[in-house]
Amino acid sequence: MSSGVKKERGGLFSGAILRQASWDAVRKLSPMQQVRNPVMFVVYIGSIITSCVAIHSVATHSGAAAEELWITVWLWFTVIFANFAEAAAEGRGKAQADSLRKSRKDTPARRLSAPKRDAKAEMTSASQLANGDLLLVEANEVIPSDGTVVEGVASVDESAITGESAPVIRESGGDRSSVTGGTRVLSDYLIIQVTAKPGETFLDRMISMVEGARRGKTPNEIALGILLAGFTIICLLAVATLQPFSVLAAQLAHRGTAVDVTSLVALLVCLIPTTIGGLLSAIGIAGMNRMVQANVIATSGRCVEAAGDVDVLLLDKTGTITMGNREAVAFHPAPDIPAKRLGDMAQLSSLTDETPEGRSVVKLAKREFGIRERDMHALDAVFVPFSAQTRMSGVDIGDRKIRKGAADAVGRFVRELGGDVPKQLLECATDISRRGGTPLMVAEGKEALGVIELKDIVKRGIKQRFADLRRMGIRTVMVTGDNPLTAAAIAAEAGVDDFVAEALPESKLKLIREYQSQGRLVAMTGDGSNDAPALAQADVAVAMNTGTQAAKEAANMIDLDSNPTKLIEVVETGKQLLMTRGALTTFSVANDVAKYFAIIPVIFATTYPQLSALNIMHLNPHTAILSAVIFNALIIIFLIPIALRGVQYRAKPAAVLLRDNLLIYGLGGLITPFIGIKIIDVLIGLAVSGIHG
Amino acid sequence: MWYDGWAQLAFLLAVLLLAAKPLGSYMAKVFQMQRPPLLGRIFGKAESAIYAMAGLRPDDQQDWRQYAVACLAFNTIGFAFLFILQMVQQHLPLNPAHQAGVGPALAFNTAASFVTNTNWQNYSGETTMSLLTQMLGMTVQNFLSAATGIAVMAALIRALAAKGTGKLGNFWVDMVRSVLYILLPIAVLLSVVLASQGVVQTLRADVTVHTLSSSAVAGGAAETKTAATQTIAMGPVASQEAIKELGTNGGGFFNANSAHPYENPNGLTDFLEMLAMLLIPAASCFTFGEMISDRRQGHVLLATMTAIFIVCAALCFTFEQQRNPLFPSIVGQHHTALAAGGNMEGKELRFGPANSAIWTCIATGTSTGAVNSMLDSYTPFGGLIPMWLMKTGEVIFGGVGTGLTGMLITAMVAVFLCGLMVGRTPEYLGKKIGAFEIKMVSLAILIPPALTLIGTAVASVTPSAVASVGNPGPHGFSEILYAMTSMSNNNGSAFAGLNGNTDFYNILGGLLMLAGRFWSIIATVALAGSVAKRKASPPNVGTFPTHTPMFGVILAGTIALISGLIFLPALALGPIAEGLMQVVH
Repeated sequence: MSSGVKKERGGLFSGAILRQASWDAVRKLSPMQQVRNPVMFVVYIGSIITSCVAIHSVATHSGAAAEELWITVWLWFTVIFANFAEAAAEGRGKAQADSLRKSRKDTPARRLSAPKRDAKAEMTSASQLANGDLLLVEANEVIPSDGTVVEGVASVDESAITGESAPVIRESGGDRSSVTGGTRVLSDYLIIQVTAKPGETFLDRMISMVEGARRGKTPNEIALGILLAGFTIICLLAVATLQPFSVLAAQLAHRGTAVDVTSLVALLVCLIPTTIGGLLSAIGIAGMNRMVQANVIATSGRCVEAAGDVDVLLLDKTGTITMGNREAVAFHPAPDIPAKRLGDMAQLSSLTDETPEGRSVVKLAKREFGIRERDMHALDAVFVPFSAQTRMSGVDIGDRKIRKGAADAVGRFVRELGGDVPKQLLECATDISRRGGTPLMVAEGKEALGVIELKDIVKRGIKQRFADLRRMGIRTVMVTGDNPLTAAAIAAEAGVDDFVAEALPESKLKLIREYQSQGRLVAMTGDGSNDAPALAQADVAVAMNTGTQAAKEAANMIDLDSNPTKLIEVVETGKQLLMTRGALTTFSVANDVAKYFAIIPVIFATTYPQLSALNIMHLNPHTAILSAVIFNALIIIFLIPIALRGVQYRAKPAAVLLRDNLLIYGLGGLITPFIGIKIIDVLIGLAVSGIHG
Repeated sequence: MWYDGWAQLAFLLAVLLLAAKPLGSYMAKVFQMQRPPLLGRIFGKAESAIYAMAGLRPDDQQDWRQYAVACLAFNTIGFAFLFILQMVQQHLPLNPAHQAGVGPALAFNTAASFVTNTNWQNYSGETTMSLLTQMLGMTVQNFLSAATGIAVMAALIRALAAKGTGKLGNFWVDMVRSVLYILLPIAVLLSVVLASQGVVQTLRADVTVHTLSSSAVAGGAAETKTAATQTIAMGPVASQEAIKELGTNGGGFFNANSAHPYENPNGLTDFLEMLAMLLIPAASCFTFGEMISDRRQGHVLLATMTAIFIVCAALCFTFEQQRNPLFPSIVGQHHTALAAGGNMEGKELRFGPANSAIWTCIATGTSTGAVNSMLDSYTPFGGLIPMWLMKTGEVIFGGVGTGLTGMLITAMVAVFLCGLMVGRTPEYLGKKIGAFEIKMVSLAILIPPALTLIGTAVASVTPSAVASVGNPGPHGFSEILYAMTSMSNNNGSAFAGLNGNTDFYNILGGLLMLAGRFWSIIATVALAGSVAKRKASPPNVGTFPTHTPMFGVILAGTIALISGLIFLPALALGPIAEGLMQVVH
């Protein structure tokens, strides 16, 4: 199932979604649904009132019946269109959730009594599993629940979750130990310890997230909702008081009548911000969906919104800024040491080093000096693995101690044995660092042999992304364990704003706290267990799906593609969500001006016909109100694509974005309805004259 | 002449801006608790003595609840004192004209009016109030209501500058320092200058004089001529006049307010009084800039106020300099060497239409409400301008303290409406605008218009209220709408024409003034409390810029949009209908 939740950008409105949304739009007319949105609830109540008035007029054969009926019909359309927008947004999520649901079957599970393959096993089902249970999963079986691998190495097909068809390796210990329920073991076996309660697995959370079921209102959405509600209340007052005002005006002018109820409701519906009110929840749902399409699962709408506010991005150097692997590019032997000996020892120390760096050393030795791989067992060599304390690795062959590692670490090793590192070699190492490379010193016993130059490869296009971020006012900070010189060179090459060198796991946490105390919002990505505290502290924390369970628990977003550069897209999606909300709010409020010019000259015409001077659109007085109401309803439909796709996003400074959006949505919002209402009025005029021949 | 208004406007604004900047910096020192230069030496001991007497520790910081409670308690006492003082004035000294006690409805309205800095007057000062009431009641409240506005402003500015403390300062200290270091010194200076120009200042009884003209009494064939007498009311006017303008109060000693020659005798006093109304509100913008350590933020607010003011004043004097179309053409309304021309009905000859129009825009924009001409006689569109200026929530300079407060709140609405468009949660001065802030901002912005609408609606359906209307047609509706707008927004400007001294208007108006003032203050102080708790995020190129001309345009647009959207239908039934009728005429 390679489709998964992968991008389906083409299908903004697939036929099935549209059909479902149309049906849902009508179903959402229940008062229980409507009362949740104060703006649309006012329209809803208004429509009920005008319906009653229209029915009464029809029953009493009043002359205004036709006009009232038409206005009523379009008021109901306004409500239905808003429902439709929400339903369409939800529909897209539902389609994605359905495809996920297919992988969530009640799979059988083999529960073990002890973490051994041959331990006593009992058969049960995924829904019966408890947190902490041990499971055995053999090849071609579906992993029943989320968990951590405690034994075994296996290739796992995770396409059901990530949409990525290439299998991934899962093994105990380290950063590749977490498995997700619903994925399939392809080869070998795994013993896993369950880390989730039934119904709360990652897959469950993901389904409810894309369905929008768990989508609580976000802080900014609540604040905007309050402002819109306040605006609605004052419009309600402004329109409700017009009734007594018009009575008094008629009394003082000795002519005319009070404004009728249908016209007042129509005016009210046109004035309250129905456009943004009707689209507000659709915008929020669509924002979450855009994250899903980017293969990022957010645990709440709140963090999607926070992503737009981020000021600082903490980026790991490796994997984010540079390609994961450094490559050995040159051997720099110490004075009086033949280059070939350095190559020989370097290769020897790297033979059991399975890291990409280690393999590249072997490769370089072969290329430069034609040194073949040797069998470690034949040499009777003992491998000394890398540790964070020694920061070296190597081999012991008899009493020969061959070491390779950070220049200062190997230097200390040499001096402890009574040797010394030649000054030229130290200079050479410093020089490599300055150029952005990583020097690895090689020593045999107390003799420093030389330096291997490793080079980081900065990802293509990353510099441009950072420049874009800078233009948006976002600071990029590279975090690396490298020494300051290396870090500075790479920072310069990649174009980040700042860097932290020789970072320890806890330095990220410290850095985040420091930025936060300055009032900044920080985003970061992480995968390892030692990233968890920092992820928990960050405002926006994206965990790699390949990462440990602890990292995923601490983060508020999970990137299924496990692509650290995705953080930038996350920020952009957050910004786009807020921009869309702002743009449609501005548009909605700016629309009101034209509607006034359409309606006011008409409703007071009996008392003050002079007000027709305000009818600058030259609308037909009999259809002006209807035209405004129709425009008000149709604009919701026209704006649904913008609400769902989001407004166009460009990396520009705030002042420029503001100016551009203000022109498009502010000025556009002011002018569009003048044209739209006029066109609708002309069309109604044509239709009416058509009917009457 | 066409340049008459422009020249006066330009000169006034030039002097204003020159004077406002140093005053603003000085005020910032006062509210940052530094020792003000010069006056600190003169009043420093007095200040400490006041704190010692009141048992007050000036370093005690209040949170928003404490600040709001102190403010409300203080004003409640002030209200009760003024209410009782009016009703028992006949038993008290300094009542040379033997004024009777004021009835409870009018006393309620007047007490509410002066405590709220509205200074709506349903009475004639010279025939209702004793000199003691004028001095101890009106003049004292002129100081205290102005200081209350300034204190609330200081609290809000401190909140915006605060770094997560949640503390707003100390209300009592702010009151003492506003009066002692700002209002009192300037008022004393202005009183002396006004008195030197002929504004009266005396405790003597009113004078009865024999006039030169005599009234002719027709009696059969013979005409007997008897010498006429006139009672000239006097009192401690200069001292009240200074703070009336400086504190944007506007309640006149005399019924004729600043059209009366004893309140405003000549061009110089007229100019100084206009300047006094604008002075503290304009200076507050500089105070704001200094206190938040970003002067540009204050400049953009001041520029926005000034730009809107220039447009309004220019429109107003242009309308008033035109001839009244209802007069037959035989009535000369042209400008000549001896006459200003234009719509001179209800205007003082010594001021003319241009000056009167500018004055009116200042008085309504600044929440003063003082008049030097009769607004009921303005052209429909000329009268629309001051009505709209009040409906903006009085932020075009606005009242002392309240003007800047209102502008800051409007700025937050503007930031919230447009700020999302840059793709960040809206923030003003680095402070995020969340749900609570928006709730309080909405309350503060929407309460006065809501009160105006409700008040006008209630009056519209109350026959006794409609009976007070002085004119038929749209003008009559304007009279009610103007009165309700003026009271709900705590302005006090009167359109006249409407008989306000009825139980209906006294009681409804009093309630509107109290609600308009104190609900807004509570919302503002609560807003300040929440803002003060937030940490400010440092600005960068990705944040919404609020110091640019573009923000000024957005701010002006927000002001126009909010007030326009709420009131356009109501205005259509009043001045707009009347104006269009005259055009058709």
